[in-house]
Amino acid sequence: MSFTETGTKMTLAQIPKTVFSFYRDGFAAMNLGRKLWMIIIIKLFVIFAVLKLFFFPDYLGTKFKTDRQRADYVIDRITLTGSADVSAQTDNIFAHHKQKEEN
Amino acid sequence: MMNIDWNLVNWARAQFALTALYHWIFVPLTLGLSFLCAFFESIYVRTGKEEWKNITKFWMTLFGINFAIGVATGIILEFEFGTNWSNYSWIVGDIFGAPLAIEGIFAFFLEATFFAVMFFGWNRVSKKFHLLSTWMVAIGSNLSAVWILVANGWMQNPVGMVFNPETARFEMDNFAAVVFNPVAVSKFVHTSSSGFLFGSLFVLTVSCWFLMKGRHIQMARKSIVVACVFGLLSSCFVAFTGDESAFEVAQKQPMKLAAIEGLYKGETKAGIIAAGIPNPAKQPGDNNEPFLFEIKIPYLLSILANRSLDSFVPGIDDLVFGNSEQNIEGVGSKIAKGKQAISDLAMFKKAKRQNDENKAKIFLEKFRQNQEHLGYGYLDRPEQAVPPVATPYYAFHIMVILGTLFPVLFAVFLFYALKDRLTQVKWLLPVGFVSFFLGLIASESGWIVAEVGRQPWAINGLLPVQTAVTNLSARNVQITFFMFLAVFTILLIAEIKIMLKQISIGPEGGALK
Repeated sequence: MSFTETGTKMTLAQIPKTVFSFYRDGFAAMNLGRKLWMIIIIKLFVIFAVLKLFFFPDYLGTKFKTDRQRADYVIDRITLTGSADVSAQTDNIFAHHKQKEEN
Repeated sequence: MMNIDWNLVNWARAQFALTALYHWIFVPLTLGLSFLCAFFESIYVRTGKEEWKNITKFWMTLFGINFAIGVATGIILEFEFGTNWSNYSWIVGDIFGAPLAIEGIFAFFLEATFFAVMFFGWNRVSKKFHLLSTWMVAIGSNLSAVWILVANGWMQNPVGMVFNPETARFEMDNFAAVVFNPVAVSKFVHTSSSGFLFGSLFVLTVSCWFLMKGRHIQMARKSIVVACVFGLLSSCFVAFTGDESAFEVAQKQPMKLAAIEGLYKGETKAGIIAAGIPNPAKQPGDNNEPFLFEIKIPYLLSILANRSLDSFVPGIDDLVFGNSEQNIEGVGSKIAKGKQAISDLAMFKKAKRQNDENKAKIFLEKFRQNQEHLGYGYLDRPEQAVPPVATPYYAFHIMVILGTLFPVLFAVFLFYALKDRLTQVKWLLPVGFVSFFLGLIASESGWIVAEVGRQPWAINGLLPVQTAVTNLSARNVQITFFMFLAVFTILLIAEIKIMLKQISIGPEGGALK
């Protein structure tokens, strides 16, 4: 399979120049593509420079300096959530469970 | 017990759902239309006929518009992980890192490289190299989807990992188990084939519009033939993969299956609901009838769930309250084990902080005994393990009904297209015209089934959404929710406007420039 339309062969040294002119001519000849690229650029700007920067900080990344601190924070979060007075909660659940089964 | 701000959890979920549903408008069209472009171009290269080249260029332009508008909309989901779901994001970081990095590399190298040749390469590269590029874009787009669905499949059925209590992370210990997770495999084949079906419906809708307007009749007819062959094969495959997907759900997420079928009391020789209205007053464990009205097909649910005619399919009550006869452990018992796991984890961490290695070892061993039920420890009542029933129930049945109609639709259109009688049957073209919108409803319904049906879990059985969420104020999430709504709606309007303009120009517009 040849890569060019005419089937001419390229030397290794010609490849970068050909690839460059391929992209240059492609971008230069754009019409609807120009509008689409504009939409892509605006969209990426809104996503990365506005949303990411001002509204979507990496919560753990910005609150803590090290991974150890992040790990400790998450462990504290996931253990404090459910561990308080485990035995009392377990009793309540079993009582509730039993009542449902009796019903 | 920590106070849970359900307002925050629900807004964060709503924002994620909004982003995913919008993103999922663009993605399936990319998956399906990329292959259709490759088919059209293959016919052109094989026959050498210019009309196929024009057909290829026309559909490729619409593919390019959809791709450009949709590109990067998925990145916002990753932002939401870091901001709204930081606990979850931290806990799964090690598992998600690899698939998402591979997705990025595939997307960048395959799509970006060959995409340029696809659009800039007409008359610049050889026919065969151009065709190869089109195929590579199609394959690359679909390979990107593999990795996203591997990540999603892991959330539905977490495998191939071990929880590290020191780092609070699930760490991958078996890459193959994660990649070949049966839920991920069935999810990928079902999702990608539904994308092929969706792309075919898009071509059918646009072509029907041309025929209704009496424009580009030959192009429309030829496009319909190719789209209908691809759509017919895809829709049959979607039905097959949907069945496989339901089987995996029955095995790995029986609560989800019970919810999407509105099944409260488990049954042997269980029937599937063909049509019905769930009773909104019905709650787990009460004596209300689950349906106000129902039509059941006997045996089918048992076959679907277990591949066996007289097998038992557990209902919501069996799963919530347990069923000793069927050896099903109730949620109440799992909650107790989960709370024990959380308590042991807390004690392990405390011992570590006190440098008491012996104590830490003892509590780690105790934690390992109950860790598979860790997530249940965050629930207060067994009924909290039940997803909302009505939403996945209706979404599932809408998806199945439409999914059953599509093969018939494609077969009928193919028949009339081959007989060259498409314009002679009055009702046919309007039906074809609306088919894309029906496909959109079916496609979005599929995601609603998958994601609402797995509630309350962010990671099935291990992490509920209320524990996965970041400790933010609900107001912050509300602000960004409406910002997203605005940004995505503007993008969608831009896509529709540009797309409609290009469609009205027709194939004379040539290739995308």
